[in-house]
Amino acid sequence: MSDPAVSAIGESRRQLDLRRLARRHGWTVAVFVLLFLIVLYWRSSTAVPWGPFDVQSVAIDAMPLAFAACGQAIAIISGGIDLSIGSLMGLVNVVAARWMVSMSLREAIFFMILIVLAGALAGALTGTLIVVTRVADIIVTLAMLFVWAGAALAVMTIPGGGVPPRLGTLVTVDTVFTTWVPAALVILIVVVAALWIPIRSSRLGLALYAVGSNRNAAYLAGVNVARTRIAAYALSGTFAALGGLALTMASGIGDPHAGDIYTLNSVAAVVLGGVSLLGGVGGLIGPIAAAFVLTLVKTVLIIRGVDQNWAQVIQGTLIVVVMMLGGLALRQKGKSGT
Amino acid sequence: MTTTSVPETRRIEVRRLLADNPAIVLTFVFVGLFIATDIVNRVQSGHAFATPKQLSTTFLYAAVLGLIAAGQTLVMLTGGVDLSVATTATAAAFTVSRIGTHGAAEAIALALAVGLLIGLVNGVGVSIFRVNPLIMTLGVSVITLGLLTVEAQGQFTALVPDLVATLGSERLLTYIPYDLFIWAPIAAVIILGLRYSGIGRMIYAVGDNPVAARLGGVRVWQVQLFVYATCGVLSALGGILLVGFNNAADLGIGAPFLLPSVAAVVIGGTSIFGGSGGYVGTIFGALILTVLDSLLVILNASQATRQILYGLIVLGLAAIYARTSSST
Repeated sequence: MSDPAVSAIGESRRQLDLRRLARRHGWTVAVFVLLFLIVLYWRSSTAVPWGPFDVQSVAIDAMPLAFAACGQAIAIISGGIDLSIGSLMGLVNVVAARWMVSMSLREAIFFMILIVLAGALAGALTGTLIVVTRVADIIVTLAMLFVWAGAALAVMTIPGGGVPPRLGTLVTVDTVFTTWVPAALVILIVVVAALWIPIRSSRLGLALYAVGSNRNAAYLAGVNVARTRIAAYALSGTFAALGGLALTMASGIGDPHAGDIYTLNSVAAVVLGGVSLLGGVGGLIGPIAAAFVLTLVKTVLIIRGVDQNWAQVIQGTLIVVVMMLGGLALRQKGKSGT
Repeated sequence: MTTTSVPETRRIEVRRLLADNPAIVLTFVFVGLFIATDIVNRVQSGHAFATPKQLSTTFLYAAVLGLIAAGQTLVMLTGGVDLSVATTATAAAFTVSRIGTHGAAEAIALALAVGLLIGLVNGVGVSIFRVNPLIMTLGVSVITLGLLTVEAQGQFTALVPDLVATLGSERLLTYIPYDLFIWAPIAAVIILGLRYSGIGRMIYAVGDNPVAARLGGVRVWQVQLFVYATCGVLSALGGILLVGFNNAADLGIGAPFLLPSVAAVVIGGTSIFGGSGGYVGTIFGALILTVLDSLLVILNASQATRQILYGLIVLGLAAIYARTSSST
């Protein structure tokens, strides 16, 4: 007698799990499908057989944006937004290119570790300013955008500098195991995993999501909100520094304006990657996949013979459309929620 | 008790007077900065800065920033922000020099139409699709700049019409800049319009509390659309005066005005959350920033230093504002 009832409960629970699974990861899967479709389209648009070089060039192009998207995702998950990511990347770019050019490989690697730590400190400074002044995240990070951009101009007014040759080839030429696995991709995955997986499963990771989804509830539950928000911006700064270094190694030159585009693009990658702008929802895998999608869109357009600047315009338009759809989705959610 | 409470109430009265009339404090800041610049200039080059000629030049320079910041004021009063103002100004400047051969009237009309279009796109994104204003306007700015870059590659003859050059750079009777004849009436319309017209009151209502405004019968999306469209037109007007002043357009012509436009509004006492403030303060903000810019030029400060300084000014003032508004 009780059998059907029990099995019905089991059935509904399984259904619930499936639905929950779909809701949790459906978006990420969709982004990967989109990525797959764009790759297919990309392959179909050239007659040249697909080679390791293509994989490598895409990995190199996407790496700075992927790092920037990770930083932006953490800031947004914690309920904030970091508009200073792009200019911080630009600052890192010029600092690295100006002083690393004359270094040995060992010195350069040491210097890069210092830069990443400095990026974390810069992010922590932004976070502290937000917490202490109680000014909106957007205004503080906007002001910091100009401060870092000004600092970048102070380091270098026109493009220049460079990277030690061995370091440049590490990212742009080297591969791992087979020629099909570019070192850039491995570096990206290893660095993100090494930074994010321990944090995600720690108290801090839980606190980031808690603060992002409901700051007051998190506070009442005993989470140190101020410290969590500062940590979120410190992580954002860390990833911005990594993105700036990736940019330097990929381009081999320092340009004070090279980072400008990444503020907007990182937000777009995050929204496309399934992270809610309201905070508390999403992860890093979606934004990274979205970063590859956004990069590929431009690559494909250029391969198709579209002018570089037109490709920029089309990419920008796509980003705005993604934002509009995201806004619309948010609006629907708000309606159904109330 | 009475001895302590009397100065206390007087201090509150003074504070309220200053809070209600930011122009009083800002006038002092403006005059003080002008005198400081005069002293620095005398020390450095032996010439006076506090001359009628320099005062007139300050107004001539300030008109561009004043117009761009006018649009920014309206947008910020509704609780938004427009990061495309600089690119809009560039687009207008570019249009004027590109169409200049067809005549001044046509060039100006088309440049204003470009500004209106950019403003409308921003407005639709923010009001109907509810995109975060910062992101929407930043995105539109990137697209506009990309289009301008494509356009700049084409072959064309650039010509700034005489009328535009006169408006942007010359003066009547040696002291009155022509651009004041554009700026002053617009300023009057904005100041009076914000205070007395229906749409003016609605702008404050939306910025103060959008939900309450909507429940009170205000069509919030229409107000937002109006504000961003107006901001586009005013930025374009600023761009037209700018190209008249420079007598040539390049793709970076408007860029230095982005942060100053936000800074001028914040200096003028308009809340970054919207709902309070006005254009009078912004005018002073524009004048103060123009003198500050002259001072920095005299001191030989680089673009980098100026940019960092503007960032810190915005941050500092926003922090002070947040402190004072949360304490009451």
